Amino acid sequence: MAFIPHTREDVESMLAAIGVERIERLFDEIPASLRLAGLAGVPEAMNEMEVGRLMTERARLDGRPLCFIGAGAYEHHIPAAVWAIATRGEFYSAYTPYQAEASQGTLQLLYEYQTMMASLTGMEVSNASLYDGASAVGEACLMAVRANRRSRSRRILVPTTVHPHYRATARAVAGNQGLVFEELPYCTEEGCIPAGALERYDGQDITALVIQQPNFFGRLEDVDALCDWARARNILVVAVVNPTSLALLTPPGQWGAKGADIAVGDGQPLGVPLSSGGPYFGFMTARMEHVRQLPGRIVGRTLDAAGRPGFTLTLQAREQHIRRAKATSNICTNQGLLVTAAAVYLSLMGPVGLERVAAASHARARELVDALTRVPGVRRLLRGPVFHEAVIGLDRPVAPVLQKMTARGILAGLDLAEHYPELGPALLVCATETKTTADIERYASALAECLREARAA
Amino acid sequence: MSNVPSDLKYTKTHEWLRTLPDGTVEVGITDHAQHALGDLVFVEVPEAGRTLAAGEPFAVVESVKAASDVYSPIAGEVIAGNPALAAEPEAINSDAYGKGWLMRLRPAAAAAPQLLAPKDYEKLVVEEGS
Amino acid sequence: MSTRLEKPIFEYSVPGRGAEDQWPRDPGPAATDDLPATLRRSTRPLLPEVSELEAVRHFTRLSQLNFSIDTHFYPLGSCTMKYNPKACNSFAMLPEFLARHPLSPESVGQGFLACLYELQEMLKAVTGMQAVALSPMAGAQGEFAGVAMIRAYHRARGDLERNEIIVPEAAHGTNPATATMCGCVVREVPVNAEGDVDLEALKTVVGPKTAGIMLTNPSTLGVFERRIEEVARTVHAAGGLLYYDGANLNAILGKVRPGDMGFDVIHVNLHKTFSTPHGGGGPGAGPVGVSARLAPFLPVPIVGRRGEQYCWLTERDLPQSIGRLSGFMGNAGVLLRAYVYMRLLGREGMARVSEYATLNANYLLAQLTRAGFDAAYPSRRASHELIITLKRQAKELGVTAMDFAKRLLDHGMHAPTTYFPLLVPECLLIEPTETESKAALDAFVAAMAEILAEAAQEPERLTSAPHTMPVRRLDDVRAAKQLDLTWKPTVAHAIPTTA
Repeated sequence: MAFIPHTREDVESMLAAIGVERIERLFDEIPASLRLAGLAGVPEAMNEMEVGRLMTERARLDGRPLCFIGAGAYEHHIPAAVWAIATRGEFYSAYTPYQAEASQGTLQLLYEYQTMMASLTGMEVSNASLYDGASAVGEACLMAVRANRRSRSRRILVPTTVHPHYRATARAVAGNQGLVFEELPYCTEEGCIPAGALERYDGQDITALVIQQPNFFGRLEDVDALCDWARARNILVVAVVNPTSLALLTPPGQWGAKGADIAVGDGQPLGVPLSSGGPYFGFMTARMEHVRQLPGRIVGRTLDAAGRPGFTLTLQAREQHIRRAKATSNICTNQGLLVTAAAVYLSLMGPVGLERVAAASHARARELVDALTRVPGVRRLLRGPVFHEAVIGLDRPVAPVLQKMTARGILAGLDLAEHYPELGPALLVCATETKTTADIERYASALAECLREARAA
Repeated sequence: MSNVPSDLKYTKTHEWLRTLPDGTVEVGITDHAQHALGDLVFVEVPEAGRTLAAGEPFAVVESVKAASDVYSPIAGEVIAGNPALAAEPEAINSDAYGKGWLMRLRPAAAAAPQLLAPKDYEKLVVEEGS
Repeated sequence: MSTRLEKPIFEYSVPGRGAEDQWPRDPGPAATDDLPATLRRSTRPLLPEVSELEAVRHFTRLSQLNFSIDTHFYPLGSCTMKYNPKACNSFAMLPEFLARHPLSPESVGQGFLACLYELQEMLKAVTGMQAVALSPMAGAQGEFAGVAMIRAYHRARGDLERNEIIVPEAAHGTNPATATMCGCVVREVPVNAEGDVDLEALKTVVGPKTAGIMLTNPSTLGVFERRIEEVARTVHAAGGLLYYDGANLNAILGKVRPGDMGFDVIHVNLHKTFSTPHGGGGPGAGPVGVSARLAPFLPVPIVGRRGEQYCWLTERDLPQSIGRLSGFMGNAGVLLRAYVYMRLLGREGMARVSEYATLNANYLLAQLTRAGFDAAYPSRRASHELIITLKRQAKELGVTAMDFAKRLLDHGMHAPTTYFPLLVPECLLIEPTETESKAALDAFVAAMAEILAEAAQEPERLTSAPHTMPVRRLDDVRAAKQLDLTWKPTVAHAIPTTA
C-alpha cells in the first residue's frame, strides 16, 4: 500500500507524455553503482486492519496504570472537543501558513493563541510556539545573549532547581555558541534558591538568570527577590513556568518591580496528552523591547488590499529562510497542531476554569501528601509552599519500592536518586484534578503495604 | 535608472559616503540598494562611541522580504546613529541620500579608503542589473 | 472553503460564561490557602469566556478558512504534502499510548518502545546508516544534531580547527542557520548551470578547517547530484564529513540510500517522507542516522534492547553523546504515526513512493513545458519536484511568480513554493507527491495554462489576485511596521459583514 491512485492507463499515458517507456528510466541520472536492489530491513506491507490489530496489542501491553508522576508532564482532563477540532483535516493536514490568504484559519488561531499566552504570562508578545519546554529554555538563553547588549560574558546562571532535562537540553542546544551555564546550588532543606546565593555574583558580568516557578520539586521560589536582584544588575531574567500554575501564581511579567524579560515553558498541560513525552509545545513570551530577538514564527494582524483585517506571518526577516547564517534560530516549524489544541483548551477553560484546574490539582496534591505522610516511614521533604507537586522521603531505597508499586498498577512518582542523590531516598509525587480521593487512598495503602513488605524482607 | 549623486563616494556593497566640512563623514545605503530591498520596515543603527573597522557591519536594514547588513566603508568611531529611523525607516526609501542617512563617523587617522567614484558605482549597478 | 471572516474569539466573550462541564468542581478557597499571598496572581488572564458550542463553532469556522491536503491540491515544493493516512493518527492516539507518562518505567511501555525500536531499524534500512536516534523534533533540529555530532567527532579526535561547514548556494536557509547555531562558519559553494555542485570550486574550499558539507540530494534545484561520489571523495579526503539533509528523501526512497552515496550523517523529515501531519506548521520529527564512527555522539535517549526487553539508552550508555534535545523523547506521537505509515507501506511500498512521486513530477514538467512554461533545468530529469522559472513572463507581461501563486489560490489550489531556491529567478518549486492522481495534475496544468493566457490579456487579474479567498492580498509592510501581535480589548475590530 502506498496510497497511490494511478491506474495502469494513467501510468501509460503519463509515460508517453514524458517520452519514456518505463518509470525506471526516470531514475537514469542516478549512478548505477549506487542503485539499491531491495530493502531487506523493512518488513512486508500490512493492511490497515492488520496494523490496527498490531497497534492495539502493543497499546494493551502498555496498559493504563494509575499515574502520580509529574516532573514536567502533567495528566489533566482534556475536553473531547479539543482533539476533535485539532484533528480536523483543515488544521491537521495544512502546513505553515506561507500563503496567508489561504491560511487565515491557522493564522487567526495563532494570533489568538499569542494573545492568550502573553496574557497568561503577563508579557507583551508571544511567538507561535517552539518545540517543547526544554528546548525553549535553550532558545531563551540564546535570545538573552542577543538581547542583553550590555553583557559580553554569555554566562547564564541556572539554579539546580530547574528541571534536570531542561538544563541538559539548554546545554546541548546553546552550548555550541559559547554560552556558559553556571549551576547555582539549592538549599537541601527548603528545595529553593536561598536569597543569599546570588550575592557572590555581584559585580560580575552575567547575561541572564533562569528561574523556574514552581521549580522542579514543585517548590515556589522567591521570584520577586530573585528577579529584582537580576534586573537591578542588567541581568536578563528567563522565567520557566507551568502554564496551569499561572492561573494562581504571579505571572513572570509581574515578578518583582520590573518583571522577567522572557517567559518559557512547556504547554503540555494545556490540552496535550502525556503521550510518552510528545509532541508537546514550548511557549515563549517576552517584553516588547525584545520582540526582534524572538526565535520562531510570529503572526501579526494587518489589513488586506480592500482594507479589511487579516493575519499574516510577520517579522520574517529574523528567520532562517531570509537571514540564513544570521537568523535568530534555525527553527522553521512551530508545533502548530499542539497550539491548536491549546487554543481550544484555553477557550473552554477560560480564566475561571483554568483557575479551577489549578486549584483542584493543588488540592489533590495536598491531599496526596497528607495521605502519604501518614504512612509509617514516609515524610515530607523540602518544607515550604509548593504547587501541585512535592517531594517525599522514604526510610529505605526508593527503586525497589517503586517496582512493587508498579506491579500493583501504580506509578508512584519519580525517584530522585539519579539527579538529586543528596536528598537520600526521595520521591517526587504529583496529583492533578484527574485524581480522586479513592485513587489517593489506593496509593497510600499500597505504599504502606510495599514498605511493610520491604521492611519484613 | 537609479539615482547616483556625483558628490558622494560609494562601495561595492552599496553604501554611500559623504565627507562633511568638519572632516567627519555620513554613511547610508544607496538608492539602488533601497530599491532592491523594497519597503523598509526596521532599521538598526549603531550606538555612538563604537569603533568600526573598514568593512565591519554596523547596521541592519530590514524589509519584509530581506534583511541586510550594512558595512562601514571606512574605519572610524561612530558619532551618532540616525535616531529618526527607528520611527521612520521609510525615510531610506524616500530619501536615501538625505534623511535616510544611517550614521555619522569620525574617520580613523590611518583610514585610506578604497571607494568607488560615482561613475564606477553606476557601472557596477548596471552590471548587476543585467 | 468559507470566505466569511470570523471575529476574534475574545469578541464572543461574556463575563460569567464558560464551558463549565469541562471544569473540575471548585475546591473552595481553603484548597489554596497555603500559597503565600505575595506569590498569588492578582488579575485574571485574558482568556475567552465562551460556551463549548461557541468555542467549537469558532474554531470550526476558522478551520474552514484554510487550505489543507484533505481539502485542496497542495504542491508546495520541498514540503512533501502527501496524503496523511487517517489510520496513522487513529493508531497513534490509542488511549494507552496517549496516557503513558514519559517518565514511566520501561516495564510500562514495552509496546510503545517496540514500535520505536522497529522504527529505528526501518530507518537504518532505508537510509543505509548504522545507527539512528529518533529524538530530534523537526528537520531543523535533526540538522542541528547532525552538525553538532560532526563537531563533537572532530573534537573527540583532537581536531579542533575544523569549524567550517560548506553549503551549496542553493541550500535551504536552515543549513547555514544550523551551522551558526553549532558555532561553525559557513562557506558557500556555487552550483553550475546544470544544477550540480561546482566540483572545482568545492576543491578550492575544502581543507584542514573543513568540518563537513551539508547537501540535499536530489538538491533543492529538483535534480539529482550526479557526481555525488566525487563530492564525497573530495570532502572525505580533506578530512571532512558529509551531512545529508533528508528534505528530499521522498525522491529516492527504496532506490538509493544516502549511506551508499557516502554520507556520514543524515536527518529524515518524518513529516515529509513518512507522511506525518504538518499540523499547520508542526509538529515534525527529524530523526538522525549516522555511520558507525558517529554513533557514540548520537543524541539521547535512544531505544535499545536488553534480552527481550526494550529499554532507554541515555547519557550513561553514551557518555560522548551531544546530549538531550528535548525534555523527554522528542515528538513521540509523531514517531508512532510514522511507524504505522511505514508498516502500511512495507518494503514494496517504499520504492513505489519514489517511483510515483517522480512520475508525477516529470509528468507535470512535460505538460507545463507544453503549456508554454520554462523549466529551470530543461536538460535534466525532474526528481520528485520540479522548478519552472517565470523570468520571461515577468519581463514580457509584468507579472511575477507571486502573482501566479496568488492566482492559483483562486483556482482552488495551494501555491507551489515561491522564490525558493533563491538561485532561480521568479521560480515556482512544484512538488505534486505520489498521492495525487493524474486528474489532479491535469487540473493543475489547465489552471496554470489559463493563468498564463490571462497574464497576457488581463494581467491585473493576476497582480490583484487572489479574488475568491476570505481576504485579499495582505499588507506585509504594515504588519511588520505597525506590530499588532495580540488582541486588545480597547481596539475596535470591525469586520464588514458579508452576505
